[in-house]
Amino acid sequence: MIGLHHYLIVSAILFVLGVLGILLNRKNVIIILMAIELILLSVNLNLVAFSAYLGDLVGQVFAMFVLTVAAGEAAIGLAILVIYFRGRGTIAVDDVNRMKG
Amino acid sequence: MIQAFAFYLFSALVILSGLLTITARNPVHSVLWLIMAFFNAAGLMLLVGAEFIAMLLVIVYVGAVAVLFLFVVMMLDIDFAELRAGFTRYLGIGVLLAVVLSAEMFIAFGAWSAGGIEMGARVAPTPDLPNIQAVGALLYTRYLYIFEAAGLVLLVAMIGAIVLTHRTRTGLRPQNVADQVARRPEEAVRLVHQPVGEGIEL
Repeated sequence: MIGLHHYLIVSAILFVLGVLGILLNRKNVIIILMAIELILLSVNLNLVAFSAYLGDLVGQVFAMFVLTVAAGEAAIGLAILVIYFRGRGTIAVDDVNRMKG
Repeated sequence: MIQAFAFYLFSALVILSGLLTITARNPVHSVLWLIMAFFNAAGLMLLVGAEFIAMLLVIVYVGAVAVLFLFVVMMLDIDFAELRAGFTRYLGIGVLLAVVLSAEMFIAFGAWSAGGIEMGARVAPTPDLPNIQAVGALLYTRYLYIFEAAGLVLLVAMIGAIVLTHRTRTGLRPQNVADQVARRPEEAVRLVHQPVGEGIEL
């Protein structure tokens, strides 16, 4: 049987990859959203692994709620992306502060 | 044995696809690698017996979220080469941050296995039931209100996405059903008794 630490390490690496993805693709907001999905996936993996190894089912229930929020976040984020693209013709977000006012 | 093999296969593939998601040149490839990562994470969850969450991950993420990403990437006409310009600029500090973050987490795992943290009483010990049955029994009793709140979150997200992307365009001539229904034969058709040899009056 694979130990809990194996799962935690995989999930930690996935989390760090998500953070790295946000840093590397600072202009491309689509990749940033995908990196956020990676982070939430690693969180889910952590919750499920702890739930299985501690014998407590609550982790899986909360993984489902995290999944719900992630789906809503992706929908809203992509909607904002679409209207941003419609107004500007590009999705480069390093000058996004021009949106204010 | 086969379980260990499956674990290492799935975890290697999930990390590889995660890495390719954030480094791929073409965002379409990024989305496809993300789908691959979700499938392998679902496999990892299956290995520990969380069948419901694993299937939910495939259905919700691969079936809905990833396809939504793919749709947006393909619908918008974006110059991706220009967006990649600053990629190497933050590479050094990004890798440094990643190394520091992962080192911190590994140290935390080491401390946890040393027994520094007291585990509290379990809220819902895993019953001797199929996974889906057990999750459902928990979801519809103890977490019923949170479950409904999750539905509310999805509703708000749906309405928000529609409100954000909906636009009323001017200059269009859409179908007017009321006008069509109110139209009578008298104003639309004229019967003419046309004599032979004369021109027609238009």
